Amino acid sequence: MMQITCPHCGPRSQSEFVYGRTVDSVVALDAPADQAMTALFTRTNPRGPDDEIWRHTYGCRAWIVITRHRVTNEITATRAVGSEALP
Amino acid sequence: MTGPSRNAAGATLRFTFDGKTYFARPGDTLAAALLANGVALVGRSFKYHRPRGIMTAGIEEPNALVTVGEGGRREPNTRATDLFVYDGLVARSQNRWPNLSFDLGAVFSLAAPMLPAGFYYKTFFGSAKRWMFYEYFIRKAAGLGNAPTEADPDRFSHRAAFCDVLVVGAGPAGLQAALEHAEAGKRVILAEQDAVLGASLIRDPQELDSAWVEATATRIRAAGGRILTRTTASGYWEHDLVTLTERLAEPGAKPAHGLAQRLWHVRAGQVILATGSIERPIAFAHNDRPGVMLSQAARTYVRRFGVLPGKRVVVATNNDDAYLTAAALRDAGADIVAILDARPDLSAAATAAQAAGHPVLTNAVPLSVDGARHCLTKVTAKVDGQTQSWPADLIAVSGGFTPVVHLHMQAGGTLDWNEAAQAFVPKAARQNVTTIGGAANPQPVHPVVPVGNPKKSFIDFQNDVSLADVDLAWAEGYRSVEHLKRYTTLGMATDQGKLSNMAALGRLAEKQGVSIPEAGLTTFRPPYTPVSMGLIAGASGKNAGAHMRRIALHDVHTQKNPIWQPLGYWFRPRAYPQGQETLAQAALREARAVRTGVGMTDVSTLAKFEVSGPDAAAFLDIICATTVSKLAVGRGRYTFMLREDGIVFDDGTVWRLAEDRFLLTSSTGGADRMATHISYVRQYLCPQLRVSAVTVQEHYAGIAIAGPKAKAAMDALIGADAPRHMSTLPATIAGIPVLVLAASYSGERAFEVYVEASHAAPVWAACEAEVTAQGGCLYGLEAMEFLRIEKGHVVVGGEVDGRMTPADLALDKMLNKAGGYIGATGLSRPALSEPGRRQFVGLEAIEGTIPEGAMLVSAEGQSPQGHVSAAAFRIMDGGSIALAQLTDGFSRYGEELIASSPTRGQKARVRVVHPHFYDAAGERYRD
Amino acid sequence: MSRYSALGLLRGALTGHKHWQPAWRDPEPKSHYDILIIGGGGHGLATAYYLAKVHGLRNIAVLEKGWIGGGNTGRNTTIVRSNYRLEPLHNFYEFGLKLWHGLSDELNYNVMFSPRGAMFLGHSDADMVKLAERGDAMRCDGIDADLLSRDEVAKLEPLLDMSRDARFPIEGGLIQRRGGTARHDAVAWGYARGADSLGVDIIQKCEVTGFVRDGDAVVGVETTRGRIGAGRVGICVAGHSGHVAAMAGLKLPVESQTLQAMVTEGVKPMINTVIMSQSLHCYISQSDKGGIVFGGDPDNWPSYAQRGDPSIMEGAVAQGLALVPALSRLRMVRTWSGVTDMSFDGTPIIGETPVPNLYINGGWCYGGFKATPASGWTYAHTLATGKPHPLNAPFALDRFERGATIDETGSGPMPNSR
Repeated sequence: MMQITCPHCGPRSQSEFVYGRTVDSVVALDAPADQAMTALFTRTNPRGPDDEIWRHTYGCRAWIVITRHRVTNEITATRAVGSEALP
Repeated sequence: MTGPSRNAAGATLRFTFDGKTYFARPGDTLAAALLANGVALVGRSFKYHRPRGIMTAGIEEPNALVTVGEGGRREPNTRATDLFVYDGLVARSQNRWPNLSFDLGAVFSLAAPMLPAGFYYKTFFGSAKRWMFYEYFIRKAAGLGNAPTEADPDRFSHRAAFCDVLVVGAGPAGLQAALEHAEAGKRVILAEQDAVLGASLIRDPQELDSAWVEATATRIRAAGGRILTRTTASGYWEHDLVTLTERLAEPGAKPAHGLAQRLWHVRAGQVILATGSIERPIAFAHNDRPGVMLSQAARTYVRRFGVLPGKRVVVATNNDDAYLTAAALRDAGADIVAILDARPDLSAAATAAQAAGHPVLTNAVPLSVDGARHCLTKVTAKVDGQTQSWPADLIAVSGGFTPVVHLHMQAGGTLDWNEAAQAFVPKAARQNVTTIGGAANPQPVHPVVPVGNPKKSFIDFQNDVSLADVDLAWAEGYRSVEHLKRYTTLGMATDQGKLSNMAALGRLAEKQGVSIPEAGLTTFRPPYTPVSMGLIAGASGKNAGAHMRRIALHDVHTQKNPIWQPLGYWFRPRAYPQGQETLAQAALREARAVRTGVGMTDVSTLAKFEVSGPDAAAFLDIICATTVSKLAVGRGRYTFMLREDGIVFDDGTVWRLAEDRFLLTSSTGGADRMATHISYVRQYLCPQLRVSAVTVQEHYAGIAIAGPKAKAAMDALIGADAPRHMSTLPATIAGIPVLVLAASYSGERAFEVYVEASHAAPVWAACEAEVTAQGGCLYGLEAMEFLRIEKGHVVVGGEVDGRMTPADLALDKMLNKAGGYIGATGLSRPALSEPGRRQFVGLEAIEGTIPEGAMLVSAEGQSPQGHVSAAAFRIMDGGSIALAQLTDGFSRYGEELIASSPTRGQKARVRVVHPHFYDAAGERYRD
Repeated sequence: MSRYSALGLLRGALTGHKHWQPAWRDPEPKSHYDILIIGGGGHGLATAYYLAKVHGLRNIAVLEKGWIGGGNTGRNTTIVRSNYRLEPLHNFYEFGLKLWHGLSDELNYNVMFSPRGAMFLGHSDADMVKLAERGDAMRCDGIDADLLSRDEVAKLEPLLDMSRDARFPIEGGLIQRRGGTARHDAVAWGYARGADSLGVDIIQKCEVTGFVRDGDAVVGVETTRGRIGAGRVGICVAGHSGHVAAMAGLKLPVESQTLQAMVTEGVKPMINTVIMSQSLHCYISQSDKGGIVFGGDPDNWPSYAQRGDPSIMEGAVAQGLALVPALSRLRMVRTWSGVTDMSFDGTPIIGETPVPNLYINGGWCYGGFKATPASGWTYAHTLATGKPHPLNAPFALDRFERGATIDETGSGPMPNSR
């Protein structure tokens, strides 16, 4: 059970969060077909850090992005997404 | 050894072992009490059923395993050394028949030469059934104790905790560390697996005595620290989460407040491990007999429990610590007949012991012991190359010390090799953990290599793995440490190699011609000591961790005594039988009421989303595969949603309540999934849209009223003209504001009434009164299923099975021509529009009743071309009909097939038809 | 290869077991092989065995970065069954199940395959229909499956909670009597010994660090023990498929997840079959040593950690106790985890890659062990002929982009929603 720092709520137990998908698997709404299928059906799946989308489902319900090492589980960054994160 | 070895004074606790009654002193472990009562034979080994006694005084005990407790509290494989006697304790020996002293299983010991490591891989050939014949006997012989056969009467709970510093182990180092941190203002938790604090100080008081322990504990508590005894740190997980298992009642005992154990999930800022070390046995022939005991264990029995485990004692050691044992045993009245020191020269401690009159022999290692089932009689050793023997009833052995590094390793730690101590010690770890005390600084020892190839020299005692087995595995090519473990079962017993791993590694390194650290290590997996399954489950063990979701009107339905149906975590009325009606009879009656008059049902569990804001319509055009934005205010329509890969994953209705406000419904079973999906699209994919999309599933209760008389009932209920099909109207019923949607699932004129859940009861009552007045009745899910099948509506989890495209379900004409919805791209994949896909059709029985779930075949013995996704009866005439998926089904109307269910011995001859069996033109739900 | 037999054991008893030979050689890698298999797990070793046995090839090597059988082969819950709903899956696994039934004799190595029955429990009428559907699909394709009543289930497993007010009451079950368990390590060792005796080089402690290319085509591998040339190279490293494929520039439809399993202290026989459930996600069996072997859902986020999450384990145990309350006082003695290749439809991948001479076998999700013989057989066919066997043709790598996925659970492309 990891501890994930929600950018809105602070450090919380992983049990409050639900994993969504990797950032490289996001299918943008306007993605061309080949890009969309590549995103949906392939993964970098590194044995190292990757950007992942989680949701603080049993907390503030916000989606967040974390950078997590797939072997050590070290989380080196978390950031907000959504309208709060818009430029 | 016979007879009690301490006087009976103070032995007030009555317990039984194998039916015989004994007495123990408060604070005794079962092992101590058995020794005090002269019981030396306690168990039988796993494979050869060799007689075994008590070897240790702690959690590493491999031999003295007993079954304690009765009924649902029975705990097999309980270590007698880790069980504090309580009054009424019932313990039994295990893995023996007919009794411990005379065990027929001991024939395996005679056959041992034929049963070396891995023997079972080399024989028992023939068919799988033939192996099962042998296996039956092997399984009966294997295992240790008997599991309970009843449910557990006690409770287990989980508890979360946070602290700045978690200290594991309350020996001198752990107590000191906990004290310093607590007095520095840190939040401290100190966990100790023993029932009392002190650890090595209990056995070796020296400068720090029990008074110091008590005073230190008092100061830790005074500074706000929490001390948990009988609490083992069982696992070190991610981000400094440590699980602690706390025993509130001893194994087999009835807990005072019903709570047997508690599992702590502790998130610590920092973890300090003061877990000490475990003493190693020494390899020599018959080193598993009762009467062979670890040196510190012997000292513990004398000093802590006042039990003298032997009267004529040989001490065998490669280090100074065992000299303390010799002194302690002699002080208690034992005769130390020899101290065998493997080291070539006298150490200071050895010299002192010699000066004190102990018979110290250097360059001396034990070769073998003799004895009977219950006792030891003789110890033979090699001293300076000469063989010598002594009569003895106890040999106290110390082969050095293995630091307890389990938690450190689980925390992502690495190890250093300490050559002087011949031991692995903690190095760096990925997590915030440090190791202190004996676990970090084990005592120096002299390396001892077994002399020659001693017979029956065991390494893993419980699993009967001997040096010869290690050698055999090596010869057969099982040479990595993991192969060795798996081939011989070494380290796989209940102690998980705590005593055996280092001895095996030493032998392996010797074979490989490398140093021990080069030979490698197996992984230290949780738990540190075995953990009760009931504790792992906690309170969830009684309900599979699945809460029940009750609808707002649950109690109202209960009064009608319905048949309930689980639907995900929800429970919904399936039918309301009257008198002796069966489910099918009740459902058909209810469905007929809907077809001929009026019926009402609870649809509260449907997923509901309120979508509002200037961009609400644009957002729904992304979520839904049908066009939503062109919907007029006050109108609604059927819609469905696709996954990104183009497959249909849910359906429902969407209603425009205002220019910028919509209500979207979807299936009950998919509600949570849909909520996540909508939230993801909203927040992640289109954060720029000015829209709010929130789930209101449980905010509103829903009541559906359907049938030819539904309009009349609704008119009366709202005192106005009810909305026409696929229109919506705000209204009041029983003075309570409601939203009326005219939508039909049944194929009849129908309405859904949504009301705030807390006000649902009076609205339901008013509706029921009106429906009853119209001659109608309640209907449940079963009738609803009949109605929708006859109407040819697909359902999520049935026809919508996560593998069908809109075209497969004949929904493609409704797709938003402009595209832009989720799944549009995925839908363009070529194989999704090739021939050979399963397509949605109806079936009519020509002969027989169509079994739901049956396969569709053209003739018996052919491979299936589809299956029956839902079966029902024509509501008015009872004819058997069904919905199905059939390969290229759209082009096969009129074809005859067999719906075959071999598992149920049922089949029907069917004709493929259009799935709309009833009112295909849709005239009945229009005014 | 000296044959294993009871007689051999008797001889050993009289001679101190000095006559046994290493089960496989420890050869130095040659400079070139006709076929190189990356990964010395059960699947890779079985592939090598069938390449030699069925296709008569001899110049073959299996490269293993650690010790054979040390990945998921040695970390699973040893369940063997073919009771899948979808045709391509049950036909493939059934082919394998038939091989399992003769495997100990075939290999002259007792893999302890024990067809004690693999039973799914149903907890509602809806569950029972789903089970019947699965069973009917199997039976129509000639695979054994029997629906069981409540009483029949209770008779097979007397310790199940059969009370009507259980949270998940047991309404019946579906059993595949020819399914069961096998000894996982023995499968790797048996195939290794068999392959070795046919001349296959099994090279341990030999990690592949890159591919040697001639234009697009793969013509060998770089390893920690030097460069090795090859006619064809087969990746067979489920759990780490993405990592190895990336060396050839491939991105796979695979996400790695951790799957945990656990075992209790040994007790006398109490669980007779393999117990699974249509509504719950735990599976329970008892090993020959007496330990109750327990598994559940994967930790459903990407991970190579080979360490499980306690909350996932707690959930699986809670479900198991709800089914078999008598497990409460047994003690879990060890937990472990493997890294699984979660494919994007739950179905394995066996076949060609876009890179000439390079083939892939992976994506086994949490079901690879039972497939070992069928996987080896069909992959050997694919590597030997360059074309898929009819049984693995549906498992092609390009099925995702084509839209020809085989989705047993219908849960779509996200592994964590499976």
